Parts: sequence; C-alpha cells; structure tokens
Amino acid sequence: MKIFKDAGHLFRLASVFLVGGVLFLVLRGFLVPSSFGQYGHYRGNAVKEAATQPISYAGHQVCESCHADILEVKSKGVHKGVACEACHGPLAKHADDPASVQPAKLDTAVLCFRCHEANLAKPKNFPQVVSAEHSGGAPCETCHQPHSPAIVAVAGGSQ
Amino acid sequence: MNMTRRQLLILLPAAAVAWKSILAGTPETSPNYNMTEHWWGMLVDITKCIGCGSCVRACQMENQVPDGYFRTWVERYHVSDFDIENPKVDSPDGGKNGFPPSSFSDGKNFFVPKMCNHCADSPCTQVCPVGATFVSPDGVVLVDQKYCLGCRYCVQACPYGCRFVDPKKETAQKCTLCYHRITKGLTTACCENCPTGARQLADLKNPNDPIHEFLKTHAVQVLKPYLATRSKLFYYGLDGSVR
Ligand code: HEC
Ligand code: HEC
Ligand code: HEC
Ligand code: HEC
Repeated sequence: MKIFKDAGHLFRLASVFLVGGVLFLVLRGFLVPSSFGQYGHYRGNAVKEAATQPISYAGHQVCESCHADILEVKSKGVHKGVACEACHGPLAKHADDPASVQPAKLDTAVLCFRCHEANLAKPKNFPQVVSAEHSGGAPCETCHQPHSPAIVAVAGGSQ
Repeated sequence: MNMTRRQLLILLPAAAVAWKSILAGTPETSPNYNMTEHWWGMLVDITKCIGCGSCVRACQMENQVPDGYFRTWVERYHVSDFDIENPKVDSPDGGKNGFPPSSFSDGKNFFVPKMCNHCADSPCTQVCPVGATFVSPDGVVLVDQKYCLGCRYCVQACPYGCRFVDPKKETAQKCTLCYHRITKGLTTACCENCPTGARQLADLKNPNDPIHEFLKTHAVQVLKPYLATRSKLFYYGLDGSVR
C-alpha cells in the first residue's frame, strides 16, 4: 500500500495511454480496409478487382465455334497460327451478340502491310514482300485469300 | 477500479480481434481459380518477332491504355558490328503500327517486345509508401487503383521503364498480365494476337506447361539480370546489346 501512496499521477498517465491506445485501435479498425493484409501488405480485394475488368478480345476459340467454315479454310492454310482477332480486331461484343454488332470491314493495304512489308529487322525466314513492287498497288485480296493466302496453283495471268 | 481496468486491458486485444474479423466479413470464393496453383510469367522468342505491333494494339484496346502510353511496346534494334556497345533503338509510337523500312543496310537488326517483367523481387513494389502495388500470390505485379496516390515512386523505381501515371486517373498503371483474362483461363491479349507465337504466357507452377520443355532445352535470358529482380519475362535469342 505504501508504494502506491502518491500514485495518482501514475494512474492518470496510464489512463491517458489507455485512452490513446483504445482510440488508436478504433481508428485503425475504421481506416484500414478489411482485406488489408489478407495475402500481404496490401488490400486483398485489389486482386479480385483486377480480375473484374471486361474482356475485349474474345479469343479465337470463341470465333471458331460459330465460324467453323472459316476455321476449315484457315486451319489448312499458312495463316493457321494467326488468331482471328489479330486481323479482325477486338470482337468480344460481336461474339456476344453477332446480330447487332457487325465487325468493321478491313483494309488489307494496312493489314497485310504491317505483317508482310519487307523489313531488315524481320526474321529472314518470314515471308516478306515490298508491296509497291509485289502488287503494284492492287489490293492483296485480288490474288490472295486472306484466310488461306498461299498461292499454290498459280492462276493464269499472274506469275 | 483496479480490477475493472485489468479486465478491460485483457479484454481490449480480444475485442480488437473480434472487431477486425467482423469487418473482414467472409472471404469471397472466386470460381474455379485458385491463386496458389499458379505462378505466371512470359516467354518472348526474339527470333520469331516480326515487329507487326499486334501485341501493342491488342494491349491498348484490351486495357484502354491512353494514347501515347504503353503497357507493352516493341523496340527495333540496330547493332553495328563495329560498335556493338551502342545500339540504335527506335520505337515509333511503341511499334503500334509496325515499323518503317530500316535506314540501315549493315549490322544486326531485330525487334524486342517489352513489358512488365513481373519480377518476384520487384523494386517497384518495395518503394510504394501505401501498399498499393504488390506481387499477387500467383506472381503478377498489380496496382491497387483505389489505393494508389499517384506519387510516381514506382515509376522511378522500375528498372525496365514499364510504369506510367495515367493522365486522367492520376494513378500508376502497368501491365496486369491481363489478370482479368488469365484468371478466366484465357491467354493475355498480346499473346492471343501474336501471329508468330513470339510471345507465350507461361504458368511456371503447371508442370504440363510447354514453358518447362522450352526452358530445359533452350538458353534463355532475362533483362538486367545483375539487378536480381527475379524477372519472369524470359527472352530467347536476346542479344547482349539489349538494355
Ligand atoms: C455466336 C456466334 C458467333 C461468334 C461467337 C462470332 N461470330 Fe462472327 N458472325 C456471326 C454471324 C451470325 C455473322 C453474320 C452477321 C450478319 O450478317 O448479320 C457474323 C459475321 C462476322 C463477320 C462479318 C462477315 C461479313 O460478311 O462481313 C466477321 C468478320 C466475323 N463475324 C468475325 C468474327 C470473329 C473474329 C469472331 C471471334 C471474336 C466472331 N466472328 C465470333 C456469328 C458469330
Ligand atoms: C490474316 C488476317 C485474317 C485472319 C487471321 C482472319 N481473317 Fe477473316 N478476313 C480477313 C480479311 C482481309 C477479310 C475480308 C475483308 C473483310 O471482309 O473485312 C476477312 C473476312 C472474314 C469474314 C467475312 C467474309 C467471309 O470470308 O466469309 C469472316 C466471317 C471472317 N473473316 C471470319 C474470320 C474468323 C472466324 C477468323 C478466325 C478463324 C478469321 N476471320 C481470321 C482477314 C483475316
Ligand atoms: C498478324 C500478322 C499477319 C497478317 C495481318 C497477315 N499475315 Fe500473312 N502470314 C503471317 C504469318 C505468321 C505467316 C506464316 C509465316 C510462316 O509460315 O513462317 C503468313 C504467311 C503468309 C503467306 C504465305 C507465304 C508463303 O510462304 O508462301 C502469304 C502469301 C500471306 N501470309 C499473305 C497475307 C496477306 C495477303 C495478308 C492480308 C490479307 C496477310 N498475309 C496478313 C502473318 C500475317
Ligand atoms: C497480282 C496478284 C498479287 C497481288 C495483288 C498480291 N500478291 Fe502476293 N503473291 C502473288 C503471287 C503469285 C505469289 C507467289 C509467288 C511467289 O512465291 O513469289 C505471292 C507471294 C506472296 C508472299 C510470299 C512471298 C514469299 O517470299 O514467300 C507474300 C508474303 C505476299 N505475296 C504478300 C502480299 C501482300 C501483303 C499483298 C498486298 C500488298 C500481295 N501479296 C498482293 C501475287 C499477288
């Protein structure tokens, strides 16, 4: 009992700390998001939020389920490794609702050019042409079928 | 008086724990995707890249990347055999619309696709003052868009220059490895649209992923290995001049 003779100020000090501690815990409970620390030093829900972004490119498997005729042609040709949307652009909306979302027409002058225009930095074994010399301005699809472009039996006229 | 305070002190931590668990709610279960079963990375085969920019366009469309900013881009290298130390690099509009004909006729010329390396020990996540960027349990470096302050520390910290601050949102943006796609079993937009298979998404935890066969039989390299960032963007056919 003697030790606690003049202990009033100690208790006061302790209660200040106590109130401060409680305040800290309460504020912390409110301010720190519930999922913080779920997986590490970050908000766990941020991982789920990153996964909720909508998709624009449906993926070639989806296109192929409806356009089996194109797949039939394409899978036998040299473009078999080229995905539909690499040429046709993002078409997830079209895949969801083909009747109301029509894919845009493609400009082969731009499209084929990007992949096939001769460039020193391209791998040597990749088929390249200097389009000005090769087609003389004629659209690529007058001679090549986009989905199966190799010209096997050379048609009369072109050599 | 003494007793109640002691009781209170004992009760407080317990109460705090209980309060936290109330706030946390029940953890959501995501359908069919288990984060602990994956460890994502990517393989880039330089010898196959034709510089068509399909990946850059696909990334911008898929992720609504603002014009003039890139989450992935393609660089064209010209390395003269007389000056190997100083390669000439260009990347017009990130290589989005392909590349104009080369102005060189000598030396070595090739394309290098670049993007976030999804480092396992990433410098960018270490500098974030608020815990807004992190390596997810499946190995993808992500940014918490709600928490990011836009302080740009991470932009400076990334040794590969893969981050930027969105001019409208004022938050840090970067490649998410199409997290919204890979968690649904799709590949990334850039890999989906690569015509030659120069880019391939890789799940390093899946023993059946073709990446394992490739890594066993090919000499691969990562960018800036001396930084020990444990990058998971593996390059095949990478020239020593690439920075
Ligand atoms: C649900 C089935 C379905 C899916 C999936 C689908 N399509 Fe279609 N697509 C159609 C139908 C039906 C039409 C014809 C629409 C019309 O003419 O009204 C069409 C038309 C098109 C056309 C235009 C044809 C023309 O004559 O101009 C293109 C190009 C096309 N689709 C590409 C794609 C691509 C690429 C994908 C993959 C993202 C895809 N489609 C997925 C059903 C589908
Ligand atoms: C090399 C680029 C390329 C690829 C890859 C490609 N297309 Fe096409 N596609 C074209 C071009 C060019 C046209 C003709 C121009 C147009 O109609 O816009 C076309 C036309 C079409 C048409 C309408 C005309 C027709 O032939 O019936 C459909 C439907 C179509 N494509 C679907 C597909 C689907 C499905 C795939 C994937 C299996 C695919 N395309 C892959 C370039 C491509
Ligand atoms: C997204 C890139 C891409 C686009 C766009 C593209 N191609 Fe191709 N093309 C390829 C690839 C990849 C190959 C296969 C190369 C190989 O086998 O190594 C190829 C092969 C070819 C070949 C075969 C060459 C040979 O060896 O005989 C021709 C011809 C061709 N493409 C024409 C076209 C035409 C015409 C267009 C426009 C409608 C076009 N390509 C658009 C990527 C593309
Ligand atoms: C006048 C018809 C014609 C037009 C137009 C045309 N091509 Fe060709 N192309 C051919 C013929 C024929 C061949 C096959 C002969 C050969 O192998 O050299 C060929 C071959 C190719 C090859 C393969 C070259 C190689 O080295 O194997 C590519 C790539 C190609 N064309 C791309 C294009 C592109 C891109 C366009 C549009 C700018 C285009 N072509 C327009 C007739 C044409």
